[in-house]
Amino acid sequence: MANHTTLALRHQFDNVEQQKDASTFGMWVFLVTEILFFGGMFCCYTVYRSLYPSAFGHASNHLDVMLGAVSTAVLICSSFTMACAVNSAATGAKNALAAFLWVTILFAAAFLVVEMSEWHMLYKEGLMPGFNFTYHDVDPAHVQLFFCMYFAMTGLHASHVTIGIGLLVVMAIRASRGAFTPQYYTPIEISGLYWHFVDLVWIFLFPLYYLIARHLH
Amino acid sequence: MITATVETRENYLTHEYGVKSWLLTQDHKRIALLYLGAISFFFFLGGIFATVIRLELLTPPGDLVSAQTYNKLFSLHGIIMVFLFLVPSIPATLGNFLVPMMIGAKDLAFPKLNLLSWYILMVGGLLVLYAMLVGGVDTGWTFYVPFSTSYANTYVIMTGMGIFIAGFSSILTGLNFIVTIHRMRAPGLTWFRLPLFIWSMYATSIIQVLGTPVIAVTMLLVVLERGFHLGIFDPALGGDPVLFQHLFWFYSHPAVYIMVLPGMGVISEIVSVYSRKKVFGYRAVAFSSVAIAILSFLVWGHHMFVSSQSVYASMVFSFLSFLVAVPSAIKVFNWTATLYKGSISYDTPMLYAFGFIGLFTIGGLTGTFLATLGFDVHVTDTYFIVAHFHYIMVGGTMMAYLGGLHYWWPKMTGRMYPELWARLSALVIFLGFNLTFFPQFIMGYLGMPRRYHAYPEEFQVYHVLSTAGASVLAVGYLIPLVYLIWSLRYGKLAPDNPWNASGLEWQTTSPPPPENFDITPVVNHEAYDYSTLEEMKVG
Amino acid sequence: MTEHIVTKKQYAMVFAILMLLTLATTAIGMIDLGRLNVVVALVIATIKALLVVLFFMHIYWSSKLNKLVVVSGVAWLALLLWLTLTDIFSRGWLPFPGK
Repeated sequence: MANHTTLALRHQFDNVEQQKDASTFGMWVFLVTEILFFGGMFCCYTVYRSLYPSAFGHASNHLDVMLGAVSTAVLICSSFTMACAVNSAATGAKNALAAFLWVTILFAAAFLVVEMSEWHMLYKEGLMPGFNFTYHDVDPAHVQLFFCMYFAMTGLHASHVTIGIGLLVVMAIRASRGAFTPQYYTPIEISGLYWHFVDLVWIFLFPLYYLIARHLH
Repeated sequence: MITATVETRENYLTHEYGVKSWLLTQDHKRIALLYLGAISFFFFLGGIFATVIRLELLTPPGDLVSAQTYNKLFSLHGIIMVFLFLVPSIPATLGNFLVPMMIGAKDLAFPKLNLLSWYILMVGGLLVLYAMLVGGVDTGWTFYVPFSTSYANTYVIMTGMGIFIAGFSSILTGLNFIVTIHRMRAPGLTWFRLPLFIWSMYATSIIQVLGTPVIAVTMLLVVLERGFHLGIFDPALGGDPVLFQHLFWFYSHPAVYIMVLPGMGVISEIVSVYSRKKVFGYRAVAFSSVAIAILSFLVWGHHMFVSSQSVYASMVFSFLSFLVAVPSAIKVFNWTATLYKGSISYDTPMLYAFGFIGLFTIGGLTGTFLATLGFDVHVTDTYFIVAHFHYIMVGGTMMAYLGGLHYWWPKMTGRMYPELWARLSALVIFLGFNLTFFPQFIMGYLGMPRRYHAYPEEFQVYHVLSTAGASVLAVGYLIPLVYLIWSLRYGKLAPDNPWNASGLEWQTTSPPPPENFDITPVVNHEAYDYSTLEEMKVG
Repeated sequence: MTEHIVTKKQYAMVFAILMLLTLATTAIGMIDLGRLNVVVALVIATIKALLVVLFFMHIYWSSKLNKLVVVSGVAWLALLLWLTLTDIFSRGWLPFPGK
């Protein structure tokens, strides 16, 4: 039977250790680019919230805090199951690996469903700039700015979740076919890093968008 | 009769034939040539726009093209030259070819990603080209809002998406180089034995990785605002157009160092070889590359002195901008000290290096004028600025690029270029360049605004000189295009080490075999070990 | 391969803390703490982020280089925010010359 380790060693590397180190390091460098990518939008958010704090507070209260909290919990669950998947790969528990990956995908899909229903609600309430914005209450211009930022950031995040689902589906299929062993599971590990990053972004998005001025409710 | 070192052994060019072997290659050397073809195309395309611009500016009235067409011309000239030529140029061609070889590796860390980077640049470039063909953009390469988001009636979204996509090519190349340089050096090749070209590629890659994502998200925000009416920069909603400028320049200032740092790396290599001396102050030069990478991120506000950025912030940025000049100056001092008492030969690459050192110094010094708040306010948006950045980008980077291309041409192609024609074109380029851009310093100082296609009579003499220079410069660029292509078939066959240079890339054949080295080299000496090489020659 | 394997139990502990902190931040968000609201929210978010980065993403057991990479990424974002906000907040501190 072919040795998985030698099959998986690319010619430019001297040994599997070097290949694994390089792949993980490479993924971390990529995640830094993602920090700066989302960071540009976080910068816009910070500037505008500093300039228009009360409008942002009013606008925030139109978001459903329960759905936001549930989304956060769902993503944290998905991070947990992803970490367990990595553990399963490292210990050679092949069935558990595939199972944890599929559960992670389920949680991710659930997140998207909640997200889309929130978006739908906002659309129905006339709070979606560019498509249906009819808010006429206090400070409509700055409230609209809040929602521009909200949709831009949650949209960018959702696109990353979607890409993550695609990535994890590929990993789950490969795992079901027994492609990974304790000696070679780097793709699982670096997919995990990407997935945790997606969770990280939301960990900041939730309080920044949903918890600005809840006490005013 | 020359021993045909090329024909008897298989090399990376003869290893496989056919279009598929090129378009699906994972060999960093072939990918470098794919990039060479692409960016050469973009360079001449950007040059065509420059030609029409200079033709329009021969006479004071706007009589060649309409105002909006002129706006499109300088916008596309800038976009193509910056994003599709200068940013990829040295890293993706010379860098791709040389980085693995200089560190004794068989390839980059992620060869498939490398090929993907090229395809991404092609897609982005094609999108920009398509936008150009159906009408182009007239926002300037700077895309300032709210004009680009709300008032322009040109193809902002398509061009913006093209730039967005092309940016990922840059990011992935930078990522690849960082991982490769950290993890794949040959045994014995410690950081301080690396060629300075590697240090400059490393520093450039850091900038690419940290800066490009911000321009990507900024272009995305412009597209979202224009396409989906998410008025993030819309003043009517309380949006701040100056915020766009902060985000834009956070990348675009470091970007100019992405464009010049690799050139500086090339100059370090060339100056060393053709002085037969190791680079003076190796560590200072190495550290200065990293210092430039870091400091370049602290100064972006100097592009915004008249934007209504606060005076306090402007003062901070002005101060920081003086700091960033220091590491560049250190390099110039060290190159000069390398030349001192060196055994100088005037081969073509060295001529380009001399050109670089002189012209970059002028460009860089005028940068310090511009860092001075009081002076900048007067010359902002004049030809003084245009001259400043062309001295660095064309007088600097372009010369370094041509110097590097000639220096490593024998290694990459196995052929020598014709030395006489090469030296002649270097001279023509130097003269044409100065005639084109020096008058621009003067007219800018006297008040000639940039991005204007019509101007007062008093500036015509400078414009005529500039356009005359541009025609000379154009000839200067066309000559190498001809003889370099000619040399591929008819050039003298190149030996493994025509320049007797130190460096791992010269220890293998010209052109190299597919795997670069027959056996992984082990390094046990410093870079630029010319004293030992000279001793070996004599003894 | 000498590699640190994190157990599911360790992950579960981190998971529990993360859920608790999510609950905490939502609850505290309902109370009026004035200007402290945003501070508390960000502190909690940062702790959660650290937990994810250190333990789920294994940075705690990773090389110094990987740690440096993470720190640099965050530092660069901080730089972008800091200098941009310097402009926003200092508008009006000093008069434009001639005005």
